[in-house]
Amino acid sequence: MEEEVMTEKRPIISAGGGPRLEGADRKSLPMPARYAINAVVVLVLLVLGELMIDGGVVNRYQSTVLEQVGIYIILAVSLNIATGYLGQLPLGHAGFMSMGAYGCSIFIIRMSEALGVGARDFVTGSPLALALVLGGLVVGGICAAIAGIIIGIPALRLKGDYLAIITLAFAEIIRVVMLNIDDVVGFDLTGGAAGLTGIPGYSSFLLVFGCVAVVCFLTHTMMKSRHGRAILAIRDNEIAAEASGVNTTYYKTLAFVVSAFFAGVAGGLYAGCVGVLQPAVFGFMKSIEILVMVVLGGMGSMLGSALSATVLTILPEALRAFSEYRMIAYAIVLILVMIFRPQGLLGSYDFSLSRIIERVMNRDFPWSRSKGTAEGKEAADA
Amino acid sequence: MFENVSRRNFLQVSAAGVAILGLAGCNGGGSEGGSEGGEGGSGSIKVGIMGPHTGDNSSYGLACLNGAQLYFKQLNADGGVNGKQIEAIVYDEKGDATEAVNAYNRLVQEDGVTGIVGDVTTGPTIAVAQASVADNMPCVTPSATAADVVTYGSNYFRACVTDPEQGRVMANFAAEQGYKSVATLYLNGSDYSEGVNDAFVEEAEAQGITITAQESYSEGDVDFNTQLTNIINTNPDAILVPNYYQDDGMIVTQARAQGYDKVFLGVDGWSGIYGGSENYADAADLHDCYYCCAFSSSNDSEVAAQFIEDYEAEYGETPTNFCALGYDAAMVLANGLAAAEEAGFGAGSEDYKQAVIDGIAGGTVEGVTGSISYEGTGDPIKSSLIITFAEDGTEETFEVLEA
Repeated sequence: MEEEVMTEKRPIISAGGGPRLEGADRKSLPMPARYAINAVVVLVLLVLGELMIDGGVVNRYQSTVLEQVGIYIILAVSLNIATGYLGQLPLGHAGFMSMGAYGCSIFIIRMSEALGVGARDFVTGSPLALALVLGGLVVGGICAAIAGIIIGIPALRLKGDYLAIITLAFAEIIRVVMLNIDDVVGFDLTGGAAGLTGIPGYSSFLLVFGCVAVVCFLTHTMMKSRHGRAILAIRDNEIAAEASGVNTTYYKTLAFVVSAFFAGVAGGLYAGCVGVLQPAVFGFMKSIEILVMVVLGGMGSMLGSALSATVLTILPEALRAFSEYRMIAYAIVLILVMIFRPQGLLGSYDFSLSRIIERVMNRDFPWSRSKGTAEGKEAADA
Repeated sequence: MFENVSRRNFLQVSAAGVAILGLAGCNGGGSEGGSEGGEGGSGSIKVGIMGPHTGDNSSYGLACLNGAQLYFKQLNADGGVNGKQIEAIVYDEKGDATEAVNAYNRLVQEDGVTGIVGDVTTGPTIAVAQASVADNMPCVTPSATAADVVTYGSNYFRACVTDPEQGRVMANFAAEQGYKSVATLYLNGSDYSEGVNDAFVEEAEAQGITITAQESYSEGDVDFNTQLTNIINTNPDAILVPNYYQDDGMIVTQARAQGYDKVFLGVDGWSGIYGGSENYADAADLHDCYYCCAFSSSNDSEVAAQFIEDYEAEYGETPTNFCALGYDAAMVLANGLAAAEEAGFGAGSEDYKQAVIDGIAGGTVEGVTGSISYEGTGDPIKSSLIITFAEDGTEETFEVLEA
């Protein structure tokens, strides 16, 4: 019975919108209060994390892994826009990531030479270096977004497998361009196969998770806006959406470009975390790795993407002591999830703190509520 | 109150539970590692060995690992360093720079090592080199040849010579042999192949050798006849093929089939072209082929012969160039550790690490790939071997070029 209700509900679920008690007496939070609560929680978590790192509770090995977790969260959340919300299957996310990584690090290297910012300034965090890093991340994002436009306009005329193949091919083109552009244009840009070196280590816990918060917030608000609703409408039924006056080409490209932009930002953070970029890193497998995170977490769930990015990044590190067996454990987790939860860990459920607070305000708990809403829902469907 | 819990809810809760357990497991693992790190240092010296032990480059990583472990084992059997046993902690980084940084941080922060043998391939090694400067952690890479590796700080050393250095060695060899014109055929997009090619061309032209053609091919090519026809038309005295043995084998075979019977020059990627698990060219085609290399199983020096015997006894196979470099890298690091132990600093202190670095920089070790010493940089001063092939395909040491 309840299973049926869940499957029926699936297309409506998006960013938000769970079962709700209708009625005038339901208490609700005003929007500014919701934003304020969330902002405070994010700030508290960031400060707490930073204090733990400063205090030595979390050592540098753990904080570097945490940075990578944050980078993968941004990648998975951004791919989720194109996969979960827009309903397409692009396989070229690593291409956008590499555009952002190269764009950001080349900008930062060149500008820090021109402005005389030393490598130490990035570690100590002088205002100029900080401005440079933020500028670099935006430049990286813009580079990736431009690539997204160039790829998106022709590619989004295709669907399904065809789109997967064409995005895969474009990502390979980006990689090969990175590999050979130095020889073709005749001056040092990407460093070719030897790689781009000398990138200052500007990524820190605060920067990465600040970016995670901003990316999640922007994605969330976009999906709640009319633009986001148009994107969801395209996913659910493209012909119906077009017939209702949604400019499908525009909104598909928009979702694709936003997804590419955030991937570029993540690429920039990756460059600052690792310190060396080689085109070979951004191959096909990197795209697949990110897609696995989205599918595992549940397509269309931002929390799911974040959760599976966290688990899949930490898992190989946590199992490092078992060396050879760790890749098997990783694969077994994937297989088990796909057998028992083919829709991903969280399906299309998304977490909302204000929704929980509202429920508490209304004394509306799962155990007291489940019977009532199931009936109410049935009545509504009939 | 939980009577309405469905199978679906149960699955959700258990999935969340598994995820939380996974995270908790990670934290537990972390703190365990930390406490181990604290205990060590009294009776043993901890060193890290890292490299790609799975994935595309695992053959190099495993070879270096075997070599390094063999050395530490022999050292421990001889009583260790200053009476302390060496405890090697091995991490795989799958050839990925991100994993390499994680493995490095873990070795330093959780395991508390005092020196590292690694990394093996260029990209991850550069990432580790950048991360290690802040710790001043002594590291010796067996095989990363890119120039950048040793430039970030004074703490990084390598046991091998760089790609460009190999190119210069071969150019000098060509001049010495009196070749007047040389053509090259390199792999486009490979920093190894291009690095050797560029240095060779520059040095050869400085020595008055004419470069008749520079042809290139792409990763995965198996037909080189077009490039070879162009090259043979320019009638060179020798062809430089600075690639790995699979490609070299096909190039030599196809060139001989086209009737080219003059000289081939190569670099250490040729190691393994004949007599390994598979032969990549006919013995009859390998006449007049010369390549430079740090180590060959044909080398009859006493140290090398002893190493080959020990290695075969331990692992049941003939050591390659990378095994020997791993062995030597471990030897270089142990030499530094010995100097620091003699000075009597506390393990893990800044003075200790600096003493290890000074010990490496100032010392000379008689490795199986020749005598290794450092003159102010992390680049070694060492001899190279020129290897050629006998009629039955076995490798012969043609000459030893002193540094």
